[in-house]
Amino acid sequence: METRLEAFREKIGERRPLCIRGGGSKDFHGGPQQGEVLDTTGYAGIIDYTPSELVLTARCGTPLAEINSALAARRQMLAFEPPAFSEAATIGGVVAAGLAGPRRGTAGGVRDHLLGVRLMDGEGRVLNFGGQVMKNVAGFDVSRLMAGSLGTLGLMLEVSLKVLPMPRCEATLRFELPQARAIEAVNHWAGEPLPISASCWRDGVLHLRLSGAEAAVAAACAKLGGEKTGADEAANFWADLGAQRMAFFAGDAPLWRVSVPSATPVLDLPGPTLIEWGGALRWLRCEADRALIESRSGAAAAVALFRGGDRQVGVFPRPAPAVQTIFRRLKTVFDPHGLFNRGRLFPDF
Amino acid sequence: MTTSASVIDPAEDFPMADRTALLAALARLVPPTALLTTEDELRPYECDALMAYRRLPLAVVLAEDEAQVVAVLRLCHRLGVPVVARGAGTGLSAGALPHAHGIVLSLARMQRMLHLDPLSRLAVIEPGMRNLAISEAAAAHGLYYAPDPSSQIACSIGGNVAENSGGVHCLKYGLTVHNVLALRVVLMDGEIIELGGMAPDAPGSELLALMIGSEGLLGVVTRVTVRLLPKPRTARVILAGFADIARAGEAVAAVIAAGLIPAGLELMDQAATRAVEPFVGAGYDLEAAAILLAEADGTAEEVEEEIAAMRAILERHGATSLRVSTSEAERLKFWAGRKAAFPAAGRISPDYYCMDGTIPRRHLGRMLNAIAAMEKKYGLGCLNVFHAGDGNLHPLILYDANVPGELERTEAFGAEILRRSIELGGTITGEHGVGFEKLGSMCEQFSSDELQIFHAIKRAFDPAGLLNPGKAVPTLHRCAELGRMHVHRGQLPHPELERF
Ligand SMILES: Cc1cc2nc3c(=O)[nH]c(=O)nc-3n(C[C@H](O)[C@H](O)[C@H](O)COP(=O)(O)OP(=O)(O)OC[C@H]3O[C@@H](n4cnc5c(N)ncnc54)[C@H](O)[C@@H]3O)c2cc1C
Repeated sequence: METRLEAFREKIGERRPLCIRGGGSKDFHGGPQQGEVLDTTGYAGIIDYTPSELVLTARCGTPLAEINSALAARRQMLAFEPPAFSEAATIGGVVAAGLAGPRRGTAGGVRDHLLGVRLMDGEGRVLNFGGQVMKNVAGFDVSRLMAGSLGTLGLMLEVSLKVLPMPRCEATLRFELPQARAIEAVNHWAGEPLPISASCWRDGVLHLRLSGAEAAVAAACAKLGGEKTGADEAANFWADLGAQRMAFFAGDAPLWRVSVPSATPVLDLPGPTLIEWGGALRWLRCEADRALIESRSGAAAAVALFRGGDRQVGVFPRPAPAVQTIFRRLKTVFDPHGLFNRGRLFPDF
Repeated sequence: MTTSASVIDPAEDFPMADRTALLAALARLVPPTALLTTEDELRPYECDALMAYRRLPLAVVLAEDEAQVVAVLRLCHRLGVPVVARGAGTGLSAGALPHAHGIVLSLARMQRMLHLDPLSRLAVIEPGMRNLAISEAAAAHGLYYAPDPSSQIACSIGGNVAENSGGVHCLKYGLTVHNVLALRVVLMDGEIIELGGMAPDAPGSELLALMIGSEGLLGVVTRVTVRLLPKPRTARVILAGFADIARAGEAVAAVIAAGLIPAGLELMDQAATRAVEPFVGAGYDLEAAAILLAEADGTAEEVEEEIAAMRAILERHGATSLRVSTSEAERLKFWAGRKAAFPAAGRISPDYYCMDGTIPRRHLGRMLNAIAAMEKKYGLGCLNVFHAGDGNLHPLILYDANVPGELERTEAFGAEILRRSIELGGTITGEHGVGFEKLGSMCEQFSSDELQIFHAIKRAFDPAGLLNPGKAVPTLHRCAELGRMHVHRGQLPHPELERF
């Protein structure tokens, strides 16, 4: 591993633009790749995993699948349910992409579970931030800054993530509800002490997943009604949703990912919609341009082009100028020569 | 208090402004009732809850709205005057300690709730609002704000954001960083930035975590959007005694390994239970070497199930006594002892010093043995209370500031605990922050490259370096002066320690 580290350092030392790449499962995500590929897949392996500490530390190239199975063997999980999109997905890519799955609405996202990173910066220096403990306020929280940075701030060598026990019991309920009623219902239920762990509305049907203590799930099922989905069918449903294997995600129409305040009413936009995270995530298959989608999604929305469409013009919403200034300065702090993943987050970044 | 930390680094110093001119300029920006200038008025602001460090500022501004914050920051930016933001002043690391050549900008008067949306379960509040007041305002809708520092009746949400504060329920419900959706921040030059929003991936949310826990060094928070959670229907707590503290630690690990995430999981050693019991009469087992409080919350069915599961595990792991609260009154009584730990320390000893390291939980026994040895070495007693669920230790070192030398021994004792925390793979502060107090220990936790990155991040937000200078991140010069060596973490300084 030391020699691989040395190889990374040498590559960075050449000062040519680099495209940090793990399994390539998210090549489609963010702006188009530029620069020479820096392959992380060889820098792999779980370094430390003690189930009773609820923390796992792994090298960036470790396959997500390997981590998931190590956790499953001890009945634990990454609670943010990162989507893999392919078997090749690595944990470094998971953290850099900052994407979370169905449980995001209740369990939080990647950033919420990131405890520490070991980073190689644009000068080839190895830096440690955060750590392997759940509570740590020494120094600025640089590790959480890496979640969703798409590799623009440095090469993550190792990451430490908080893990959680798998729920002891799970059930999925199905409700026939039009979109507006479904949005209202999930928001209303989220305000009650119910063990809801995921929701998905599509085509007039709301699917609700309950996770927790057996008694709590049973009581919630009794209270909510609806129709219970079989256990296998339910497991497949949520896995397919996370990995975007459902029919909704197939085809070439641009896929937009619009995050909104959860109680936002039905968006007045053409094309099919799928709703997750208790109403806070609206997936759209829509040919309309960004300006129209933004104007119809409300001032508080964040509109990102997830797949397809024209990626050259930028896929993520732009922060306000003052925030962009800070972003730019931070980029210079970690990557003074502008080597890492140019154009991936913003076209000129 | 720390002799070492009282070194003023030239890089953290700023030339004294013309005080008269400054006061006159401030008086043009805020009403007379919002400006404190006499020594009597300034005295209450000379320290936070770590009272061993004191300094008088040139003035205190009690801002009433964001416009005043902007105006005051602009003025100070122009004049090169350092500014220390202050919430309720309950901080435990001297984070709000004034700068002798600067002003204190208090946010305590800005305490309105601007917006409460029960359907989306969020609230937008001003920074001076007290933590508990948020939950009180949300209670009518069956909602509450989850992070609950023991200081919650007094501390402000702005201070919570600045420290990334935790509470006894943060194992299950997260720290401040997990419960804040958006911040509005005024930078030192008066510019306003918004980070995050009511949508989960709102622009700028990437920077939220950097701002949270930044100890007032990057910007002044003027608005906080928090997530509210449905209030659990009910809660019960187990009070268990153990004959051996290491066994209590093992029981904690077993509870977690069994897939349970208790709402609260707290440990106290015998010295601590014996200190609090006469004070509050919580009903603790005083023969036990340690007691454990393990809480379950949720619906009645859920709570029964979890209590039964935890009870079985604790009994199997050697609990010598075990009681489950049978009423809300009893639950609060069991907790009262834990919550009284700090005041009890103050009652049995003229002074006490609260440490805040975090370690991987599996090293609990090792750490407590080390602390016991340090008690002998430094000739000082120590009570141990411990957020057992997340490995956050609060050793309370007992001393008497009037006995010559005790202060210095206390400080050396504390620094050794923190050094040990780093060596065990942990950190020098879990929730109280570095502030002014732990600058020396920062030199041990981070390499000079890492410290340089922190300074560069600071400059990205505050190029002039005027916001809370001399806190949170030591200058390399200071580290060299103190001769503190970076304890190299990733390299496993103690390979003999078991890893699993
Ligand atoms: C008895 C007691 C028990 C405690 N228990 C806990 C506990 O359980 N968990 C825990 O985490 N902490 C605890 N604390 C510590 C303290 O209460 C917290 O750190 C709290 O968040 C501080 O809030 P404050 O409003 O008092 O901040 P202050 O002490 O006023 O300030 C703290 C820091 O925040 C900065 N700051 C304040 N407001 C702003 C703002 N609006 N913008 C930018 N920066 C700002 C200040 O500059 C300073 O650096 C306890 C303290 C006491 C005295």
